[in-house]
Amino acid sequence: MSNPTPRVRMPTTAKKDEVIEVKTLISHEMETGLRKDANGTPVPRRIIKQFVAKFNGREIMKADWHTAISANPYQAFFVKVPESGTFEFTWQDDNGSVYKSEHKVTVG
Amino acid sequence: MASILGSQTRRDFVAAAGTTIATAALLPSAALAKPEDVVAEIKKLYGDKPIAAGKIKLDLPTIAENGLVVPLNFEVESPMSEKDYVKAVHFYADGNPNPAIANFYFTPMSPKASAQIRIRLAQTQNIVAVAEMSDGRLYTAKKEVKVTIGGCGG
Repeated sequence: MSNPTPRVRMPTTAKKDEVIEVKTLISHEMETGLRKDANGTPVPRRIIKQFVAKFNGREIMKADWHTAISANPYQAFFVKVPESGTFEFTWQDDNGSVYKSEHKVTVG
Repeated sequence: MASILGSQTRRDFVAAAGTTIATAALLPSAALAKPEDVVAEIKKLYGDKPIAAGKIKLDLPTIAENGLVVPLNFEVESPMSEKDYVKAVHFYADGNPNPAIANFYFTPMSPKASAQIRIRLAQTQNIVAVAEMSDGRLYTAKKEVKVTIGGCGG
């Protein structure tokens, strides 16, 4: 499997306390562990089990994902921008890997 | 003149393609959850606390042609203030191999208890959402999604 690449779409500037929508996508097969390959061997489970969104180190929201989440998980949600700062998004893989994406937003 | 694909090759190709499609589907033969399993999952979290209907706006298609990618959009009605906010929203499917879909945890930093994801559904089934408010009140919503796999009709 190719290395999962997170992609995040959000504005880089906002008004103070503006509510903005963040759209995230990460390339990942989200292997359920229920599938068998062509030889009948079960394919081991490997999914992204958690997504966390933080702003300047404070948690905004997080989500636990189970095997019912589609491959290449897409998630959109809302954040408020109280001041200029950095949004940090992390995806936690079953295999222990953590994928990160940071976005600076300027209030002005 | 013989075609590039001899008859034997073509048959192999069709058979191989069939296998790929079968393995790519969500294994309909695997043990699937039942509505009782969803009730049991909710009980595990909240015991016998009363759960009221309402507050959750569930946006799911009535008919999903492709069970592998079904858009799920939700919003829970709440002021999302320090004193009154949505703490968690749990989603369950009563006909998937595993009843749990996803759990969302919000904070007063979230302006809306809303998100949009894409889920896998093995068959026609109900999606059940349970929202927990910061004061402990529980709300639920349910929606049936008809799944058409391979265009055979749901």
